[in-house]
Amino acid sequence: MTQQLGKSRGAVLLPQEPARLEMHHVTVIYGGHLALEDMTAQVPHGARVAVVGPNGAGKSTLFKALMGLVPLHAGQIFIHGQPLGSHHDCVAYVPQREEVDWRFPVTVADVVMMGRYGHLGWLRRPTARDWAIVQRSLEQLGIAELAERPIGELSGGQQRRTFLARALAQEPHILLMDEPFTGVDVATLEATLQVLDHLRDAQVTVLLSTHDLNLAATYFDQVMLLNRRLIRYGSPEEVLTPETIVETFGGQVFWLESRDEGPRMATASHCCPSEQSVPRRR
Amino acid sequence: MLDWLLVPLSYGFMQRGLIASVLVGILCAVVGCYIVLRSMAFLGDALAHGILPGVAIAYLLQINLTIGALVAGIAVALGIAFLSRPGTIKEDTAIGILFAASLSLGVLLISTIRTYAVDLTHILFGNVLGVSPGDLWLIGGLACIVLTTIVLLYKEFLVLSFDPVHATALRLPINLLRHLMLILLALTIVVSLQIVGVGLVAAMLVTPSATAYLVTRRLSHMMVLAAGLGAFSGIVGLYLSFYFNVASGAAVVLTATALFVFVFLLAPRKGVLWSRRPSRS
Repeated sequence: MTQQLGKSRGAVLLPQEPARLEMHHVTVIYGGHLALEDMTAQVPHGARVAVVGPNGAGKSTLFKALMGLVPLHAGQIFIHGQPLGSHHDCVAYVPQREEVDWRFPVTVADVVMMGRYGHLGWLRRPTARDWAIVQRSLEQLGIAELAERPIGELSGGQQRRTFLARALAQEPHILLMDEPFTGVDVATLEATLQVLDHLRDAQVTVLLSTHDLNLAATYFDQVMLLNRRLIRYGSPEEVLTPETIVETFGGQVFWLESRDEGPRMATASHCCPSEQSVPRRR
Repeated sequence: MLDWLLVPLSYGFMQRGLIASVLVGILCAVVGCYIVLRSMAFLGDALAHGILPGVAIAYLLQINLTIGALVAGIAVALGIAFLSRPGTIKEDTAIGILFAASLSLGVLLISTIRTYAVDLTHILFGNVLGVSPGDLWLIGGLACIVLTTIVLLYKEFLVLSFDPVHATALRLPINLLRHLMLILLALTIVVSLQIVGVGLVAAMLVTPSATAYLVTRRLSHMMVLAAGLGAFSGIVGLYLSFYFNVASGAAVVLTATALFVFVFLLAPRKGVLWSRRPSRS
């Protein structure tokens, strides 16, 4: 696993590859608060980026802004050089917790097919090709045998995999994943990590928010440290220094001494996930 | 037995009544699926009562009652949408205000009409046996328009009802679709007015769809089954009305309710008698 990751880490994009996701001085006011201030960054095509920051740092807001779900107070976002809104659905979004009615009469396959709707357009029915893409997405997440089950009968992890499968069926150029590793079972965690490798092969840019600094340091090409503004953005080695982490997380950092590996750090929100970060399911 | 079924059909008013009941049963049930899934039963009831002033004004001006109902229904539907824009009052509050105001205006206007009692009863509880051939064409035409729209926009309405965030991400014109759904609902209610009346149309919207919801796993299946249950209730209710000489609208609604109770108790997955709830960790 480590070897494989090491190899894929080596495939960092060439410097001349044009940035395909650009944010210029993006400012978002959400719920009356300044959620994100003057954020400027360029994410190259096919990069795997960890978006790291404490609760309330604006990670979800950043994703919603990239989806066009919240208006920009100032600044601009460009995807493939075009301003946001001129694309149909080349950006897919997997929220931390889906705000859907779980008793709705839809099957897993129906939900995943919704990822194809943007490609289908008005008045058109799914073709054999769309069903094949749905089937492939279900298989990638290991939930093909659940295809005809109603969404409400699944476990929490299976429901999350269903919505990740929907994002894959969308065949996005950019995939935004909000806290996919928070409060999930092992099967879902492994399925998600495998999907990340598939996406790298398909040259899909992934932005993934997480509290987990070790995960960010080992699995990702780039790390974006965020706390209502961009603290630092670059490779994990240059970004994850004690100074920047303290700047991002404030007092919520613990240093764990380990004889073998030297000092390791953990954030308070990582150790003791707050109410907000762990969806409670009944 | 065959005579028992065929005798009512020898009357022209019963033939038209049966066709109208089946059309309304199907139409209400299909539109009702979205009402049930989006918890809009209150809205359906409010729209039905909101139509009353339109009917009264049409009656006073001596024009077609259905056209009056149509205009009032669409006006109330768009009024609710306008009052409950994001950042203002909540939708159920907007519905409550417009519902009570329209009902009051309707009663006020109808109370100025001399033959007040009889007409009000027909508007409130329907008069399926008074369906004229012209009414039947209007019901059929509007039912076709509404059902065709729902079939053509099936996937758009599905994603909007299930996951509005995804609908936004797909750049669907969400407000346009919401308004369109309200207008389809208003049309459905207007069509149903003559069969089950203002007071009972909400039952026809909700009951067959809720019955279908208990035994199906996909929206398309739910719609087809609900349509079947709605049509069946319309036929059975009308026969009961013919042989027992009871109010037709009430007989149709109570047939639908009996089917619901039966399924509610005995449904394979969600039935109360099995008391096995779907598990979800």
